[in-house]
Amino acid sequence: MAIQDAPRSTELTGLAMAPAKAATPKPARRLPVQKDWPSWAIIAVQVLILVGIIAGWEAAARAGMVDAFFWSQPSAIWKTLIIFFTEGDAWVDIGFTFRSTILGFIFGTTAGSLIGLSFWWSRNYAAVAQPYIICFESMPKLALAPLIILVFGLGLTSKVVIAFALTVVVSTLTTFAGVKALDPDGEKLFYSLGASRWQVFRKLVMPSCVPWIISVLRVNIGLALTGAIVGEFISSQHGLGRTIFYAGSTYEISLVWVAVFVLSTLAVIMYAVVSWLENVLRKGTRQ
Amino acid sequence: MPVKVQLDRIGMAFATPGGTFRAVAPLDLAIETGRFVSLVGPSGCGKSTLFNVIAGLLQPTEGRVLIDDEDATGTIGRVGYMLQKDLLLPWRTVLDNVILGMEIQGKPLKQARERALPLLRKYGLAGFEHLYPNSLSGGMRQRAALLRTLLFDTDVILLDEPFGALDAQTKSQMQEWLMQLWSDFRKTVVFVTHDVDEAIYLSDEIHVMGTRPGRILETIQIPIARPRPRAVTLSPDFTAIKERCLQLLTADRPALEAA
Repeated sequence: MAIQDAPRSTELTGLAMAPAKAATPKPARRLPVQKDWPSWAIIAVQVLILVGIIAGWEAAARAGMVDAFFWSQPSAIWKTLIIFFTEGDAWVDIGFTFRSTILGFIFGTTAGSLIGLSFWWSRNYAAVAQPYIICFESMPKLALAPLIILVFGLGLTSKVVIAFALTVVVSTLTTFAGVKALDPDGEKLFYSLGASRWQVFRKLVMPSCVPWIISVLRVNIGLALTGAIVGEFISSQHGLGRTIFYAGSTYEISLVWVAVFVLSTLAVIMYAVVSWLENVLRKGTRQ
Repeated sequence: MPVKVQLDRIGMAFATPGGTFRAVAPLDLAIETGRFVSLVGPSGCGKSTLFNVIAGLLQPTEGRVLIDDEDATGTIGRVGYMLQKDLLLPWRTVLDNVILGMEIQGKPLKQARERALPLLRKYGLAGFEHLYPNSLSGGMRQRAALLRTLLFDTDVILLDEPFGALDAQTKSQMQEWLMQLWSDFRKTVVFVTHDVDEAIYLSDEIHVMGTRPGRILETIQIPIARPRPRAVTLSPDFTAIKERCLQLLTADRPALEAA
């Protein structure tokens, strides 16, 4: 801070004294310019780093500098990956995790948006509901996971419910924020045109809240995936989360890496699809 | 001329921690059919409150609103009301924004659009019909908002400082545009403004209002013949009326400072 302040204060005194004596020539300073690399160079450096990490890891493992029992090594992971997809349950697991994530995401986001919108109808109802929502918001929902598994069983349903619990609150709060941000003059305009409450809701409140609802989609897809994986950790017969947990407890570290890698790929794909959906919706609603 | 809108001892008071605050003194106001009437006054003189009362959006503490001799206190949808902000819906095209009133009244969309399209073209929004409001300039947005108010078929329209946020050039264009609309549609217009010149130029009658409590200080008739060229603002008649208005507004000011 002090270093940054120093030149400024000299400049100030310099200015103040300017009329008194001839100004000492200020050093000409140019605007710092950062030159952008071409995109191929960026990509090349990125690939180089990745190759470096993998090669270094492999070399370190072979030289015995890294314990391959705990850390595994790229060559072993690659073999396990091939086996996982050719002989293992890869597609069953991916399908299971994917379904619980998507279902939890859809139900959670829809229910949350509807609850958030419903608060527009009655200030009293919203005031009554407020503390409950804040409680549920601040509670770590994952702590409920064992209970949810107990109630909803080992199958898909319990994973969907955990993903739902994680996403519903975020959607509710964000949509409610959208409702609260409505311009009261907009409602005034509608009422001055003789609108009913239902018309105000359909033609003003709902479209105004769409951008708010869209803004949580990306957050929610990540949360839904977390919920599904944690559900699978606790108890499940399928799923990538279950594979990670199982492989870890039997010291098959290369399978842990394979499952984590597949899971990340799945996450990136879902994230990309949701981002694309968000763009389409934004254009469609002119927000 | 028959009276279109009548305010009968309308008063407005709010309970505050320091006692009752009187926003509007009980006042009477009669607006004749087809006239252009302005309310001029400083901020806090209750102009907007009166508009909300006439539009049925606010229940007055006392008194009645009569529209066509019928009690219309607290009933909505009886008058067109244009607020200061244009409030165009960003997800609707200009055309679909303009038909909002008809749509709410239950008119089929196709019919409403057919009715609105030629008017948009006639009144300076040709080529903008299918654009979204965010690509329009302030003046254009105001035009769209005004057409929306006009197309909501009521005999009375309330305009709350519609040109307040526009630059002087656009403002005078919009005033002439409004004059054309008014002579074409023959509606009863109640206009709120801070701008004395604007009020005199546009109106048949001005109600100069004072503050604390909001009340009508004086009603001034504007006998200047229509159509009014711009140069009329320099005529002695115009200047005399303006002087009187400013006198009233200045005389009311000490009361504000004393309170």
